[in-house]
Amino acid sequence: MSKSDFQVARVAVNCTVNGAEQTLHAHPLARLLDVLREELRLTGTKEGCGEGECGACSVFIDGEIVNSCLVPVAQVEGAKIVTIEGIAQSDDQLHAVQRAFIECGGAQCGICTPGMVLAAIDLLERTPQPTEADIRAGLAGNLCRCTGYIKIFEAVVHACRDSAMKA
Amino acid sequence: MPEQPVVGRPVPRKEGRDKVTGRARYIDDLNFPGMLYGTTVRSPVARGRIREIIFGDGIPWDEFVIVTARDVPGENCVALILFDQPYLAGEQVNHAEEPVVLLAHPDKHLLEEARRAVRLDIEPLPAVFSLDESLAQKEIIWGEDNVFKSFLVDKGNVDAAWESADFIIEGEYRTGAQEQLYIENNGVIAVADAGEGVTVWGSMQCPYYVHKALMKLFDLPETKIRVVQVATGGGFGGKEEYPSMIAGHAALLAWKAGKPVKIVYDRAEDMAATTKRHPSLTRHRTAVTRDGKLLAMEIDFTVDGGAYATLSAVVLSRGTIHAAGPYLCPNVRVKSRAVATNVPPHGAFRGFGAPQSIFALERQMNKVARTLGLSPEEFRRRNFIRAGETTATGQVIHEEADLAGLLERAFELSDYREKQERFAVENETSRTKRGIGFASFMHGAGFTGSGEKYLESVVGAEADTGGRVRILAASTEIGQGTNTIFAQIAAEALRLDYDQIDIAQPDTANVPNSGPTVASRTCMIVGKLVESAALGLKQTLVQSGFLADDYTPEEFRAACGRYVEKFGALKSFSQYKQPPDINWDDEKYQGDAYGAYAWAVYVAEVSVDTLTYEAHVEDFVAVQEVGRVIHPVLAAGQIEGGVAQGIGFALYENVVWQAGRMVNNQMTNYIIPTSADIPPIRVYFDERTTTTTTSGAATSGAKGIGELPMDGPAPAIMNAIEHAIGVSINHAPLMPESLMRMMGGELVEV
Repeated sequence: MSKSDFQVARVAVNCTVNGAEQTLHAHPLARLLDVLREELRLTGTKEGCGEGECGACSVFIDGEIVNSCLVPVAQVEGAKIVTIEGIAQSDDQLHAVQRAFIECGGAQCGICTPGMVLAAIDLLERTPQPTEADIRAGLAGNLCRCTGYIKIFEAVVHACRDSAMKA
Repeated sequence: MPEQPVVGRPVPRKEGRDKVTGRARYIDDLNFPGMLYGTTVRSPVARGRIREIIFGDGIPWDEFVIVTARDVPGENCVALILFDQPYLAGEQVNHAEEPVVLLAHPDKHLLEEARRAVRLDIEPLPAVFSLDESLAQKEIIWGEDNVFKSFLVDKGNVDAAWESADFIIEGEYRTGAQEQLYIENNGVIAVADAGEGVTVWGSMQCPYYVHKALMKLFDLPETKIRVVQVATGGGFGGKEEYPSMIAGHAALLAWKAGKPVKIVYDRAEDMAATTKRHPSLTRHRTAVTRDGKLLAMEIDFTVDGGAYATLSAVVLSRGTIHAAGPYLCPNVRVKSRAVATNVPPHGAFRGFGAPQSIFALERQMNKVARTLGLSPEEFRRRNFIRAGETTATGQVIHEEADLAGLLERAFELSDYREKQERFAVENETSRTKRGIGFASFMHGAGFTGSGEKYLESVVGAEADTGGRVRILAASTEIGQGTNTIFAQIAAEALRLDYDQIDIAQPDTANVPNSGPTVASRTCMIVGKLVESAALGLKQTLVQSGFLADDYTPEEFRAACGRYVEKFGALKSFSQYKQPPDINWDDEKYQGDAYGAYAWAVYVAEVSVDTLTYEAHVEDFVAVQEVGRVIHPVLAAGQIEGGVAQGIGFALYENVVWQAGRMVNNQMTNYIIPTSADIPPIRVYFDERTTTTTTSGAATSGAKGIGELPMDGPAPAIMNAIEHAIGVSINHAPLMPESLMRMMGGELVEV
């Protein structure tokens, strides 16, 4: 059976994913999104558009939130990657943002939710007490078609309060 | 026993935890051993005769599974209403993107190279690209007159009314196509062989639609077809009928390959090839008296169905019945038709024809008010339908239908009057003009007319030895909260904890057909069946002597244990029976069109930048009466999400067509509202009314909610823009370029 270059011309890429060291084997131009999903079976990262518009494939690379559909895997050599699967401390201990999404109705169909949760975490790390304008701007790279965003805004506000109470 | 009633409480969404942790498995997250990837070779031509399929050089074609129309084991048509749409075009194509060849291979990159290497030699035929061309019969492309379906609603005597009118006002209104743009594209995985039959897993709204379609495609009995819905990333109607197509394609490939086949579209293919909202043209002629009473409404409504009939007849039906809105008028004639064009078939999208005809009506109502010298609200107030009065189809409204009350509430909450006056003053001097406007409307819940009677939906409930109750229904969770509200309804019926109720995965091998997940019917119609199926469990336990009428959850558990031990299983099924007082005449299109209506008044505040010609929604108030609210957070989420899609429909979402193809089929240039574009959306449910619906229709007093919020935003926004700048906008979407032309601006070359 014939194979495309993507199956044949593979390189090894070393990186850390959700705290574990990994050696990924893939074509250097393979999208990080596909490698995470297919090689590591981390399917929480979703594809919505494949062109960096919708944010469903958001992951953290060295603390920066990026669209993994636009990142060739060769670029993550030595990088620390965090996906939605690396956000909750454990099955019982969800991140404050995840809890807030459940409580406020921030997730409907759920397909944008992993990316949206990461975008909200990124926003709160940069701006711990965001204004409404901060929230609107901070999430504008992530599209949601179900919620009209209102319940997501409420979840971000709720997560701030939750974190503030714990601090 | 639960301390608070579980219905009405914002319990956590059943699958919420899986969704926020990334654990929820959607179709593209699943892989089967030995699975191939499938793809679709589509027509680049809108209409033509297929001369030859040319498999280009440089591809090891013997490794590929190749399926054409000749490989179809059963009938080559998608079974829906009419059987006119083929799975694969054989001799002729009738729209661009029409499927002609299917390919499968284990390597998806090689598969894409192969797809590009197939060339379709098609002799072009003259094509029809718009509803105007179709109406003008520029070319006959379907049947004898390009008309898929037409309706006539006739109440009173419209012809006799014109003479006694003080004013007759005419208007013409258009709406464009709109892409559902669920964030998860269409996708399925199929396994198939002659012995075992066909099984499909996929992203879908209506497993039994797919089931029916595959039976015909493979000429197999119902026991040989199994359809399973997996977590679905949004639908909005876009996964109502289309999954039958993609499921058939994957199954045809799997049938020939003898291996599982996955087809998942990318965004460009999903946008270009799958269904969209029907474009529409509505003409109004309205007769009124000097004191502002409606005398006659003549409405001519046309929708563009695309190349095949698909669901256009029922979309047209809903649009037709909603065309005269929530107003009392003694003489109404609505003539409507769905016409064929050579574009990909238009299909279901939230609202299903009603947003189109309501857009026209609510713009026309403002125009009539202006002619009369009345405010838009005063004119409507004089004509709102009330309990005991009849709609255009002659349905007597038994509900309280307090539209005047909803209007007043919406005005208070939005500071309508104060803003109206203030903006008029401020707009004199400001570059940005502000305006405020509203729309009043209703939306019927459930299938139209006798639809529910024919569906005869069934829901099951079963209990295990530990007293856990499982609801068996084909109604799908697509984000709107089916799993959660069903569990609430069952928990309340049985007086159990919400957590004690599970919802079975929709799998045609395990759940009965509770009908499609469409038409705002899940909560109202299917919810009622969930309630009675759950109560059936209790009745069985009581009748068999294992349970007293009054019981604790512990006693219920113990009773289930004893019953299952003795009889093997505890199950109960409930089937929809149409109440005898619902009467509908399919021939005359008269009678009780819907078992219940949701009523609403929406207010939009806009700003228009007179330099950039951008319109923006600044504030939005949505007041509605939907009966009893089962889950306040989910219900508000439905309204907010629908309003956001309505804002997109009005101001952002513009499908650009060239020779029958969508050319902006990317999220980069088909723009949906982002978090930066959405105003505060303030949602209010009016629960003052004790809901009296046409009997037996509503569960726990709940009415349909899903589609309602799509109807009001676009006309409310255009009414607000007219208030801001004094320019009458009679089409949607309104793009800055067209607003510039309407405001007399000119393009300046720089």
